[in-house]
Amino acid sequence: MMIPLSWFLILSAALFSIGLFGVLSRKNAVAILLGIELMLNAVNINLVSFWRYGDVSQMAGQVFAIIVFAVAASEVAVGLALVISVYRRRNTVIADELDLMKW
Amino acid sequence: MTAMQIFFLITGLVILGSALMVVTTRNLIHAALWLIVTLFGVAVLYAILNASFLAVVQVVVYIGAIAILFIFAVMLTRKEMRDRGPQLNTGWWLNAIIALLTFGGLFWMLQGWNGFSKTAADFPSGYDAVGQLGKALISPDAFVLPFEVASVLLLAALVGSVYLAFNRK
Repeated sequence: MMIPLSWFLILSAALFSIGLFGVLSRKNAVAILLGIELMLNAVNINLVSFWRYGDVSQMAGQVFAIIVFAVAASEVAVGLALVISVYRRRNTVIADELDLMKW
Repeated sequence: MTAMQIFFLITGLVILGSALMVVTTRNLIHAALWLIVTLFGVAVLYAILNASFLAVVQVVVYIGAIAILFIFAVMLTRKEMRDRGPQLNTGWWLNAIIALLTFGGLFWMLQGWNGFSKTAADFPSGYDAVGQLGKALISPDAFVLPFEVASVLLLAALVGSVYLAFNRK
């Protein structure tokens, strides 16, 4: 394959940074979870490209990516359930307004 | 510059552009739809990397389940159809600097590594990557234990999210 490994690594670093920006600067809790999804995808690109550019008979990279899929699915399910539950009680999903435990 | 490299560059531009739209667009429904574009681009990257099973799983699990779950959550947690006011925190430029510094740090750390610009060898002839992955997932010498733990985690997440979102009235 003619694409160097560095292209994949730079792309995933950029995607990770964009996701980090979203997590840090979004107000809405659902949008913060969207940023976390971008970061998990960046990690998955790294894992699969290291599998492809290393020893392809070692499946650890792809298996780790599948475990990350499962963790991402459960994280989103629990996180969105929390957001919906908070919305029912406090009638808002803005992270700044959820300050009940803030001194 | 081969055709594969041009294809990769187009895919990368689509991924980064739609990811920027995910974190900056005002309407959250649009953000979730842009996330679908990003996830589809990542599936194309898996196909470029010869990870065909992961490309299909990316489309089925991420686009088919997670993105739809996001759209449901956005619709269930808004008072009115239009998102008012600024969607970013007031110190967003500071966060942009932090994100740029993270990217710069990652780039600086990676370009000092001697395997940074290596290219991939072709598959050995007759190599069945999907079959090898399936064997690795169920073989006791390899990854059967993490695989089963992941299924227990999914069950726990299912029970937990139903408990949290259940309306007791």
